[in-house]
Amino acid sequence: MNNDRSQVMNTLARSYQQGFVTPIASDTLAQGLDEAVIRSISAKKQEPEFMLEWRLAAYRRWLGMTEPHWSSVRYPPIDYQAISYYSSPFFGNPGAVALEDVDPALLATYEKLGIPLDERLSLAGVAVDAVFDSVSVATTHQKKLAELGILFCSMSEAIREHGGLVRRYLGSVVPPGDNFFAALNAAVFSDGTFCYIPPGVRCPMELSTYFRINAARTGQFERTLIIADEYSQVRYLEGCSAPQRDRHQLHAAVVELIALEGAEIDYSTVQNWYPGDAEGRGGIYNFVTKRGECRGDGSRISWTQVETGSAITWKYPSVILRGNGSSGRFHSVALTNHHQQADTGTKMIHIGANTRSTILSKGISAGQGHNAYRGLVKVLAGATGARNHTQCDSLLLGGACSAHTYPYIEVKNRSARVEHEATTSRIGEDQLFYCRQRGLGSEEAVSLIVNGFCQEVLRELPMEFSVEARKLLAVSLEGSVG
Amino acid sequence: MNILEIRNLHVSVQRKPILCGVELALQPGEIHAIMGPNGSGKSTLANLLAGREECQVTAGEVFYQGLDLLSLAPEERARAGVFLGFQHPVEIPGVSTARLLKEAFNARQRYRRLPEMDAIAFRDHLGAQAGKLGLPADWLLRPVNVGFSGGEKKRNELLQMLVLEPHLAILDEIDSGLDIDALALVAEGINALRDPGRATLLITHYPRLLDRVAPDRVHVLMGGRIIVSGDMALARELERQGYGWLEEVAT
Ligand SMILES: Nc1ncnc2c1ncn2[C@@H]1O[C@H](COP(=O)(O)OP(=O)(O)OP(=O)(O)O)[C@@H](O)[C@H]1O
Ligand SMILES: [Mg+2]
Repeated sequence: MNNDRSQVMNTLARSYQQGFVTPIASDTLAQGLDEAVIRSISAKKQEPEFMLEWRLAAYRRWLGMTEPHWSSVRYPPIDYQAISYYSSPFFGNPGAVALEDVDPALLATYEKLGIPLDERLSLAGVAVDAVFDSVSVATTHQKKLAELGILFCSMSEAIREHGGLVRRYLGSVVPPGDNFFAALNAAVFSDGTFCYIPPGVRCPMELSTYFRINAARTGQFERTLIIADEYSQVRYLEGCSAPQRDRHQLHAAVVELIALEGAEIDYSTVQNWYPGDAEGRGGIYNFVTKRGECRGDGSRISWTQVETGSAITWKYPSVILRGNGSSGRFHSVALTNHHQQADTGTKMIHIGANTRSTILSKGISAGQGHNAYRGLVKVLAGATGARNHTQCDSLLLGGACSAHTYPYIEVKNRSARVEHEATTSRIGEDQLFYCRQRGLGSEEAVSLIVNGFCQEVLRELPMEFSVEARKLLAVSLEGSVG
Repeated sequence: MNILEIRNLHVSVQRKPILCGVELALQPGEIHAIMGPNGSGKSTLANLLAGREECQVTAGEVFYQGLDLLSLAPEERARAGVFLGFQHPVEIPGVSTARLLKEAFNARQRYRRLPEMDAIAFRDHLGAQAGKLGLPADWLLRPVNVGFSGGEKKRNELLQMLVLEPHLAILDEIDSGLDIDALALVAEGINALRDPGRATLLITHYPRLLDRVAPDRVHVLMGGRIIVSGDMALARELERQGYGWLEEVAT
């Protein structure tokens, strides 16, 4: 019955191409959340005692917090007792499963998504950590990376194998009590990716994680931690997708980046969670806390995101510019069609002297989509010579959608220079007609113009990702022209 | 069969009648010129032929190679070989001319059930046409018309025509804003597409381009109709006298 239903939905909303379900048995905790659930997650992962304590402390803080509602997104109340907090395609200890023993259905899932986990078939130059519901299924190219001292593994493995680093850095950028969803994540997080790049090492391949939600009525609470030690460099990519289901599912991730002196981290996301159908049924609630800290002098962190999926996207990848001369960048494309809502932007916190930040946000609304840019630029008293440039452009398709810009600027140092520019435009009839006169169909024309609008952001993405992002934009715009 | 045949065409824009009974026929291989005072409806006719929705047909028929042109969507007309060189080409930020043209070219190939051109073959095809117009290599990678001068925009329109090789080219004041050398190149481009399978409709205010392409017919659009047709001698007469002497005929 359940399967029939999802098949019907698959045919109805053909345009979401990752909406299939993998029929696989899973070890899933019953719905509901209490201390016993947290103990059970920690036990399944064979975590050391400090981790359990950390989780429980976060849980107790979370109990005293209330869900925030300051953003512009609207949704019915979430019943946190109606969610399962752990679902794994493995029974027993997930850490002990070799790739050869992984259920072929799982491997096939990733192949279907274009991410073969067999190293011989995988993309050259990209190492992948594949997270399926609550666990990491496989991590490729680990050996090769280890030769350079690079640690690239699932979070669960890092907690078991590299406890010292985890203890030192986990929660150091996003503390467990940071906000309601971060506290929930700290209590119940299941898996995610851990990367450590040793001093002076330039990571020779792009590291990536592919998140897949498969099980129904589960939440995904992943946790990613990337540490770039002094003068190291790393490029990291994140992709995701989920089956089409007619109920909303919660994805509340925490990502922490730490760049020590002279280190550089480029973090790119192509977010393609199931957005719900044309009437707004189903889809992922993507409530994510992503933050990086330029801890050392001269370090740099760049966030690039293409957000086309999710029913609701609520995230502000931010940079704390602590080191002198450090720089932060945020490049974003957020597209909302049908009933999708996005409230996204960034925070740039200038603490060190001569810190620089650049914000480039491109919002596209179609259908009845709601798209808000919310950004904070904060210059503290010690940030002499700080500079920020913000450019926010919104593009509207049709008359029922909306776009809003909420810039917050707080400057406590008089030598700082903060610039903000914003534009809103409607896709031009003249531009559409021009393209159609050259032979492009209406949808092709819209997609071409939207691509052009996002060009400055898309070109920041690594090659394969930008091709993927262009395709996604085109698919996400389907049905946006009448 | 005529490439284009317009019969008793009446067109309104915003309920205001602009064209009232246009008759025109272009045979294969022909170049016709349309002249006429500002606001007489020349661009309206061009836009109507390309399928602009604001142009409401209240009466009449238009056939393109025997097809009922008015029943086709703008992109279908384009794929079937109708090209409009715009009087005021728009800017498309972030989209290179090369990208637009590759999509346009391949859309036409698909429509005609011909194989699509891959990126490398297309780049060569494009480069060759750009060379003919003396356009620098980086031109093709610049966003369509963004920051182009008036004359550059017109050259970009002609480049697109050469790449897409239409069967019916409608060029709306392609000569306005061109310097003397560019005018010569544009004329060459138009002549290059003069062959027994194609036809061109040139909208212009001046005989200088017409001198170089030797149109088969020159028409005057006034009062919503073509009130007089002739050859190059008519264009020269207009250059000498303006349109005043035709007003009686128009009303
Ligand atoms: N959207 C519109 N709303 C109202 N009137 C319009 C509209 N578009 C065109 N017109 C009118 O239609 C008439 C014909 O305009 P058109 O642009 O076809 O003239 P034209 O012959 O091309 O002139 P020019 O030589 O100046 O290019 C003009 O009077 C113009 O003002
Ligand atoms: Mg005109």
